[in-house]
Amino acid sequence: MKAIMTVIGPDRVGIIAEVSALLAKSNVNILDLSQTIMEEIFTMTILVDTAAANCTFDALSSALEAKGEEMGLSIRIQRRDLFTAMHRI
Amino acid sequence: MLNISDIRQTLDMIDKQHLDIRTITMGISLRDCAHPDMDSCAQKVYDKICRKAEKLVETGCAIEREFGIPIVNKRISVTPVALVTESSENGSPVAVAKAMDAAAKNCGVNFIGGYSALVHKGFTEGDRRLIASIPEALAETEIVCSSVNVATTKAGINMDAVALMGRIIKQCAELTAHKGGFGCAKLVVFANAVEDNPFMAGAFHGVGESECVINVGVSGPGVVHCALKEVKGQSFDVVADTIKRTAFRITRMGQLVAQEAANRLGVPFGVVDLSLAPTPAVGDSVARILEEMGLEVCGTHGTTAALAMLNDAVKKGGIMASGHVGGLSGAFIPVSEDEGMIAAAQSGVLTLDKLEAMTCVCSVGLDMIAVPGHTSAETISAIIADEAAIGVINQKTTAVRIIPAPGMDVGDTVDFGGLLGTAPVMPVHGPSSAEFIARGGRIPAPMHSLRN
Repeated sequence: MKAIMTVIGPDRVGIIAEVSALLAKSNVNILDLSQTIMEEIFTMTILVDTAAANCTFDALSSALEAKGEEMGLSIRIQRRDLFTAMHRI
Repeated sequence: MLNISDIRQTLDMIDKQHLDIRTITMGISLRDCAHPDMDSCAQKVYDKICRKAEKLVETGCAIEREFGIPIVNKRISVTPVALVTESSENGSPVAVAKAMDAAAKNCGVNFIGGYSALVHKGFTEGDRRLIASIPEALAETEIVCSSVNVATTKAGINMDAVALMGRIIKQCAELTAHKGGFGCAKLVVFANAVEDNPFMAGAFHGVGESECVINVGVSGPGVVHCALKEVKGQSFDVVADTIKRTAFRITRMGQLVAQEAANRLGVPFGVVDLSLAPTPAVGDSVARILEEMGLEVCGTHGTTAALAMLNDAVKKGGIMASGHVGGLSGAFIPVSEDEGMIAAAQSGVLTLDKLEAMTCVCSVGLDMIAVPGHTSAETISAIIADEAAIGVINQKTTAVRIIPAPGMDVGDTVDFGGLLGTAPVMPVHGPSSAEFIARGGRIPAPMHSLRN
């Protein structure tokens, strides 16, 4: 399944490193990554493929959420279909 | 890759503007549950609902987690129960209402609709029995909703049914007086009722529907309001276009969820209902959208035009985003369920008469309106007749969900809690309509019903 991860919050060193380490541990492949600072807020979107993940989507979602809390960021993962439906004809 | 600002926009809609799927409603046919013995009929109803909707809530929650979009309500609608209990020779249909209540709770949904009768042209014995049982059924169950269709454009207005429903609403209020007349909040009187409405309290599974179906109701008044803030002072051409674009996005999300739910449950997808359904939460109000267009308070002059444009633009934006559009599709204006409407009614600007005018141009009717407890049954019937006439002549659905709040008068407020909100008691006209209602009979179908 293709999913969009969003990481939003105050910028600091090592965000990408920690998030990608968690994805690697879960065997989730990163297909595309885009990061910027919007209105002084660190904003990153990552397109991932969870097809070969070694855990369920629910477990991955919870792990990312917990990681976000630990780092003081909002991290969530949602199926890509939602955004495609809303923003592409 | 998707544009980062598009993704942020969707997240903002969900986090800050109350974007959600308002309801996934499973329609279930109970036509095979008829039985000469009422208790056996009730048992068949219980078993079938539990069997069909067993996975509804679980599936809804799974979709919610994967898409990261809240699905506020999971609900069930069933075949109008008057048709199911028609052939039962003993007992009261209340047994079936109780079975529906128990089955719905067992499945984990928060409302079940369809304790209904369709009497727009006349009553059968089964219809009379069911309607007479509505007050008791609504008082003795918690999450069962009821509706009665008293008029259609094709048949005209059954004025005997209109008169009867005035009395039934009064009885509902009396039997649930300890809860502010809460029974009335679960009872809708319709003209031109639709068979695939996913919203409560008026949802039922029509006789032309299949065995089981998934209908979805989207929402998003907060998103539309927010989009309109960006075009302050610009012309109505721009306003209409902005609403259309927003409605398109909201509906695409609804279509996606509806299709996913239908696939997972192995049930056909029915319709997406393109309604802007408010909640009492701040930032989720239809009234505030109308005010954003330039009205100081919802209900002042210009409100009907603003609502007409909103309703039309929502449909135009949504229609291309969905494979099948149905249900009520338009803007809802339930007073107690809309923070802006409550404020406008409390300020005295939004009156019952203005609301009636507004129902000519939006999706439903006089919805969740509290009136003084001493309002007579005939006055309530006359209010229903006016709404039915608007629906019949304009070939649209209209409805009345009115609460004569026991022991309360203008200036009081009734608190129903949750999504049903808080209703300020609104004044009705004093002069009597009793002789008008006492005539009975049927108001003939209008000329334009003869379209063949």
